[in-house]
Amino acid sequence: MWKWLHPYANPEVSYHFAGKLIPWFKYLTILLLSIGLVWVLLFVPADYQQGNSFRIFYIHVPTAILSLSIYSTMAVIAFCGLVWQLKLADASVAAIAPVGAVFTAIALITGAAWGRPTWGVWWIWDARLTSELILLFLYLGVIALHSSFSDKSQGGKAASILTLVGVINIPIIKYSVEWWNTLHQGQTVTKLGAPSMASEMYWPFLVCFFGFVCFLGWIISLRFRTEVLSRNAMRPWVKSVAELSEKK
Amino acid sequence: MQFTNLNDFLAMGTHGFYVWLSFGITFALLFALIYSSKRKNKQVKNAIIKRQLREKKLKKAAQLQKESISTSKSKEVSS
Amino acid sequence: MSDLIDTTNTTQTASTRVLPYHRAFYLVFKRDVTLALRHKDDIINPLLFFIIVITLFPLGIGPEPNTLARIAPGIIWVAALLATLLSLDRLFKSDYNDGSLEQLLLSPNPIFILVLGKIAAHWLLTGVPLIIVAPLLAVLLHLNENSYLALFLTLLIGTPILSFIGAIGVALTVGIKKGGVLLSLLILPLYIPVLIFATSAIDTAAMNLPYSGQLAIIGALLIGSLTLTPLAVSAALKVSTN
Repeated sequence: MWKWLHPYANPEVSYHFAGKLIPWFKYLTILLLSIGLVWVLLFVPADYQQGNSFRIFYIHVPTAILSLSIYSTMAVIAFCGLVWQLKLADASVAAIAPVGAVFTAIALITGAAWGRPTWGVWWIWDARLTSELILLFLYLGVIALHSSFSDKSQGGKAASILTLVGVINIPIIKYSVEWWNTLHQGQTVTKLGAPSMASEMYWPFLVCFFGFVCFLGWIISLRFRTEVLSRNAMRPWVKSVAELSEKK
Repeated sequence: MQFTNLNDFLAMGTHGFYVWLSFGITFALLFALIYSSKRKNKQVKNAIIKRQLREKKLKKAAQLQKESISTSKSKEVSS
Repeated sequence: MSDLIDTTNTTQTASTRVLPYHRAFYLVFKRDVTLALRHKDDIINPLLFFIIVITLFPLGIGPEPNTLARIAPGIIWVAALLATLLSLDRLFKSDYNDGSLEQLLLSPNPIFILVLGKIAAHWLLTGVPLIIVAPLLAVLLHLNENSYLALFLTLLIGTPILSFIGAIGVALTVGIKKGGVLLSLLILPLYIPVLIFATSAIDTAAMNLPYSGQLAIIGALLIGSLTLTPLAVSAALKVSTN
């Protein structure tokens, strides 16, 4: 069962695999996000309560959901990396963390811009907002720790450990809605099967969501390739790869 | 189509500022991320190429030195 | 400590000499306490910091008793977090610099126990003084009389968590030259749950309501960190010493 995974533990194989993925993700991102942008800005009806500020929902919610799932993905990868001593796992943690930080920042900023017209304030110390902010700090901590080691593999391992420690924060975010019953509205999109939104609002959300997912795939593959290159700089295959890209 | 003219579209009811603020910042951040990722990729590749060139140069220099030593030795022998 | 190092340095008999757990724990604990008692300023400075930060708040906010009583739990706890953060550096730094940390990791005794001993010593030297001083400062801040017991209990259960979680951060940053600022960036977000539940318990106590729920959660955090953090610390130390 595991046999088909084994070749990807080789940095060269996974480097080329990520390279093959990039164009797919890239064009899908451009396609989905431009469709989503036009749809959301021009055609989606305004919410009967929140008016046009509801359009922010289509950025805020996908990025907020993804910011959490990126962190959980990082934690799973970090765990595998520490248990099975995979060097590539450290490289992918290092590749993912900055992207996750940007998504968290987007979720926070759009949340603030959405909160101002809806609640009348930019920021509320509500449980979910606060935990999103903590999540941003966790991301920044992982990035800072990784970059302060001069030895990349050491830094990657340290960042993996920190990611695993920080993952304790994820359940707190998940259950904070029940713990502190506050202003923030409950999750509207939980299950794919039974959305509590009208379908004309639901489909553009899905388009935007998968647009962001493809964006993640694109950027993470790109950063992963960079990390693999810088960690294997002395290998002969890296030299040929660098030469090839120079000739183009 | 929800809006009849451009002004309506830009105003977004009364929430134009907030909507455009969040869309603007989002896409600015996404493009910044793309740019920095691509730049870093290029930097790493350039660093690798530079090191390769330096290694080649060093090898060549070492070879030249060897040759010059051997030739000078051979001259001494012949003289 | 010398016993522990002997097990690695002297050959033949040593490699078989694994100490019983309580003995290993006690040795590390005693060594750290003795060392700290020789450098008393390591204990006193964080404590002074704690006191000074707390006296600054009334000066900054104004002497109005009601306001001070409202924010007292938060101030005391935030100051406790910062004071712990200041003292954390001592935990592994000097051992790392003189190489005894590496010896400790090489010894055949389980690292879990050794790390536990070091953290326990750290708590005894920083957490306990904070707990002793805190009631005095609570008087300065006009803390509600009902909340004194709650303040004591939350500090008693909460400060060990601070030492445990902090140890992870120190273990990760001990090999880095400018680890100090980085340490606070890594550790303070992880302290937030403790802060939230502790202050909420004190506030609830001020209203004469039962606060056992919050205490139970802090207790759960303590048990969780007691069992999990030594594992993370030993993994991090292995990465740092490399």
